[in-house]
Amino acid sequence: MTGPEAPDTPATVQPGDRSPWNWLLFVPIVVPLLTLWYNADSPRILGFPRFYWLQLAFIIIGVSTTTLVYQLSKRR
Amino acid sequence: MRAHTLEIVIFVVLFLGVSAMGFVAARWRRPDDLNHLDEWGLGGRSFGGWITWFLIGGDLYTAYTFVAVPALLFAAGAAGFFAVPYTIVVYPLVFLVLVRMWSVSHRHGFVTPADFVRARFQSPTLALLVAITGIVATMPYIALQLVGIESVLKTMGMTGSGTLARHLPIIIAFAILAAYTYSSGLRAPALIAFVKDSLIYIVILVAVFYLPYKLGGWGAIFDAADAKFDKSASPADGILLNANNQLQYITLALGSALALFLYPHSITGVLASRSRDVIKRNMSALPAYSLLLGLIALLGYAAIAAKVTPLKNPNGTNDNNTVVPLLFDKLFPDWFAGVAYAAIGIGALVPAAIMSIAAANLFTRNIYREYLKRDASPAQEAQASKIASLLVKVGALVFVVFVDPQFSIDLQLIGGVIILQTLPAVALGLFTRWFHRGALIGGWIAGMGLGMWMLYQIPNAATKRAHFGGSAFPLSEFGFDSTKTIYVGFVAVAVNLAVAALLTVIFRASSVTDGGDDTTRDDYFADADAPRISAASNSPVSPAVAPDLII
Repeated sequence: MTGPEAPDTPATVQPGDRSPWNWLLFVPIVVPLLTLWYNADSPRILGFPRFYWLQLAFIIIGVSTTTLVYQLSKRR
Repeated sequence: MRAHTLEIVIFVVLFLGVSAMGFVAARWRRPDDLNHLDEWGLGGRSFGGWITWFLIGGDLYTAYTFVAVPALLFAAGAAGFFAVPYTIVVYPLVFLVLVRMWSVSHRHGFVTPADFVRARFQSPTLALLVAITGIVATMPYIALQLVGIESVLKTMGMTGSGTLARHLPIIIAFAILAAYTYSSGLRAPALIAFVKDSLIYIVILVAVFYLPYKLGGWGAIFDAADAKFDKSASPADGILLNANNQLQYITLALGSALALFLYPHSITGVLASRSRDVIKRNMSALPAYSLLLGLIALLGYAAIAAKVTPLKNPNGTNDNNTVVPLLFDKLFPDWFAGVAYAAIGIGALVPAAIMSIAAANLFTRNIYREYLKRDASPAQEAQASKIASLLVKVGALVFVVFVDPQFSIDLQLIGGVIILQTLPAVALGLFTRWFHRGALIGGWIAGMGLGMWMLYQIPNAATKRAHFGGSAFPLSEFGFDSTKTIYVGFVAVAVNLAVAALLTVIFRASSVTDGGDDTTRDDYFADADAPRISAASNSPVSPAVAPDLII
């Protein structure tokens, strides 16, 4: 949704931030909010219940997705 | 009680060293003329990747977070861990939003989110609402930074009896902070952030390995927390979520994430960066702080395992904010505890400085220049902001000295709910001009009213308060047959959006006059090389010029 100012000069290349890769950003937004995936004690890793180590692991998903989207949408 | 001399000496030495840096910062990356709001209030809009990373990190992850989140885990368990999903979700969520905000602000010379709203919707009234919302939400946040420092001072026994004696150290600390923020502007917290974050990273890395060694491993720490919550009378606590607070956990994490970058101080950090690339790279790199925050949160459980008993408030209730400082006091050598305390104390200065600058900028741009002095020169703007930043800090200090700290915490809670009400105008406004300006005002009123009412309804058993006791609203109050709770801000902003959309349709149908739009589509994608619009007058939204003449 880019609002009412729809492209009215199709002849020239419009600047923009639309990229199909942007949809990937939904992954790190949705995954950390699904409590049913991680609201459990076992298995424990290094003594951390699943609730804690899995949520900390989601940080990796967040970092890698934003990095990926940045790199992929940069070269167009 | 043993002497805290070594801790106090290390704390004071580090604190003074950092304060000296704050004054020196005025010369750092020195511009030709510091008497310009772009220089004083935004560090010349020139910060690269590293500085931005430290600045925004130091800005968002405040001393209060480092003290209050573990306190929450200490008292309530898993529910307090929402801070981790919250700070993971926020970056992908705002990835595209913030670069647009940067671009349009770069093109038009906006300093505050209200500047943007003013131009986008051509509505000084809406801009004023956004500015006032921002200032009101930021003030208690600054006060909380003082609460963070106080928890440390209290642990070191640096607080006498009597109102003035109890607060004297904090008044001195804040006077120093106010002085170097006045002289150096945003450069001071940017420079200090390096020290603050380095100290915190070192302290936490050591703590993460040393604490389990002292307390029998992380497994034992979690088991001790589990045992404590099993014994407690409250059914709501535990090291896992229960059936009733999962919805609250999810909506609080998402709602807080939506709110975070609406806070004026977050926008200030973003606008101070040099280019779109710097922001995008930071959205990938900032979650490093979330890892830190997650580990700090778990210090709350370590405190349970170490059998820490929180100090008391003057009114006899437990001051859970003291558990982390007490944990360091109990298990670490004095010198290291001193370093940890300094990390928390300095950690409070960085966000407090940026917040006061952001609030001062809002006052200057959207109240002073809009209503008091329309033809203010850049130098006059900078001067007004400097003075406003002092007043904001005095205000925060008055809060802490004369008002129950619990009240600041309540206000901070309200702050998150009210800043969310600027979401339709500020965040969605970056993507669409569809909303009618009058409808946005209507939505703001509806969301604000509902949010306040809901917060008023929530009691708190622990602090024995009948109202404003938390942000978890029982769905049964809405007439649902349910024991679940939901985050107030989330409901309020949903209603705000619905009302704004509905009114937009109604206003359009009945041809109520809407404002125009001073921005163009290309403005939202402009990068550092794009020239500033109407740079000569330095007033992109100058009321004297008709909007269509600007472009």
